[in-house]
Amino acid sequence: MTLPTTLKHVASEAQFSEILNENENVMICCGRMGPMCVPVYAAMEELQDEYTNVEFRDMAFDSPDARVIRELPECRGFMGLPFTVYFKNGKVAAATSSIQSKEQITTILDREFK
Amino acid sequence: MSQNQYDVIILGGGPAGLTAGIYLARAKSNVLILDTGTPGGQMILTYEIANYPGFESISGYQLSSNMAKQAKSFGCTIKSNVKISEINFGKDIHEIALENGDTYSAPALILATGGRSRMLNVPGETEYKGRGISYCATCDGDFFQDKEIIVVGGGNSALEEAVSLTKYASKVTILHEFDHFQAFEQAVREAKEHPKINFIMESHITGFYGDENLRKVQYKNLKTGVESELSIDGAFIFIGYEANTSAFKDSDVKLNQWNEIITDEKLQTNIPGVFAAGDCRTKQFRQITTAVADGTVAALNALNYVREKK
Repeated sequence: MTLPTTLKHVASEAQFSEILNENENVMICCGRMGPMCVPVYAAMEELQDEYTNVEFRDMAFDSPDARVIRELPECRGFMGLPFTVYFKNGKVAAATSSIQSKEQITTILDREFK
Repeated sequence: MSQNQYDVIILGGGPAGLTAGIYLARAKSNVLILDTGTPGGQMILTYEIANYPGFESISGYQLSSNMAKQAKSFGCTIKSNVKISEINFGKDIHEIALENGDTYSAPALILATGGRSRMLNVPGETEYKGRGISYCATCDGDFFQDKEIIVVGGGNSALEEAVSLTKYASKVTILHEFDHFQAFEQAVREAKEHPKINFIMESHITGFYGDENLRKVQYKNLKTGVESELSIDGAFIFIGYEANTSAFKDSDVKLNQWNEIITDEKLQTNIPGVFAAGDCRTKQFRQITTAVADGTVAALNALNYVREKK
């Protein structure tokens, strides 16, 4: 189960581990195709060319494998889609809940990955 | 002609701006769209669109992508997520400056800056977004299973979403600033008859409080001035829309009392060569179809204006 975006997806738990192992900096937006999620995917699509040191992915919130994001301790208390998680060397560097502007996203990317 | 001089600059890449871009670029005009967000505007936030002619059903994301792609295919330049620092409305040439130092100029402008959901702007609103405060029942409703929530607003969205949230929440309180609702009678009746819904009228939210998550809301009765608290797990805010015209507030562009841009039947503002289209201008119905119509009219009149100037 994947989302109908032009971003690269995380389709399974195994792929999630693989992506984290192979990339130093990873941003995963886990959501649906709703009004709070779509602007985050759109911002990520635009940032892909600018932040070539970051692997940008999305993941379908309702897929069973998305528990790798849903059940992260850093996402405890999150009550708004999407759950967006930034990983540095396989560890959670930052996590946000609900819609974020491109500016809010780049602030985190610059802080954690530059 | 240097790179930053255009025939027409469009501010805003929603359906009005993108349509204007399509018409102007197809007429071989040198046209630029500057968007402070993502092309699509409010349209991109709509999950499903079922009243746009030609499509039985299409997502806002897809329709936005199609329109932007179509505009680009005709040669329209789109710059998204820009930050505008200054707009100078000149006699013959209008100039736009961005925060990064880039400047753009054109003899004609189309203001298509759209509208946005209103926020309450009270303490705690930003802090608890995604941790109890939501603006989308369809997106976040299922996080509130068996929880007590408050819905703020009194229009159709507020009342309809309050009823839909009863699928999840154990109790829904609707808080509204007036003593009556603006929603259609049927939506009001459905909410009033629902056993899980109760009401706090003539009150304003004054703040959201909690720990890691939202726990309570503070509100003030506008008649008595008495402040009260209500323990809640979630708050959904549906208090309508406003025009994105703050950039024009202190300019010469004439706005009405709701800060909407006033236009004539050519969609020209009080400034020659400056047109307005879509939700940012004063109009009766705000739909994608009416924005598209505005974009067409503004583009064709801007085109005539530029041709007459040359």
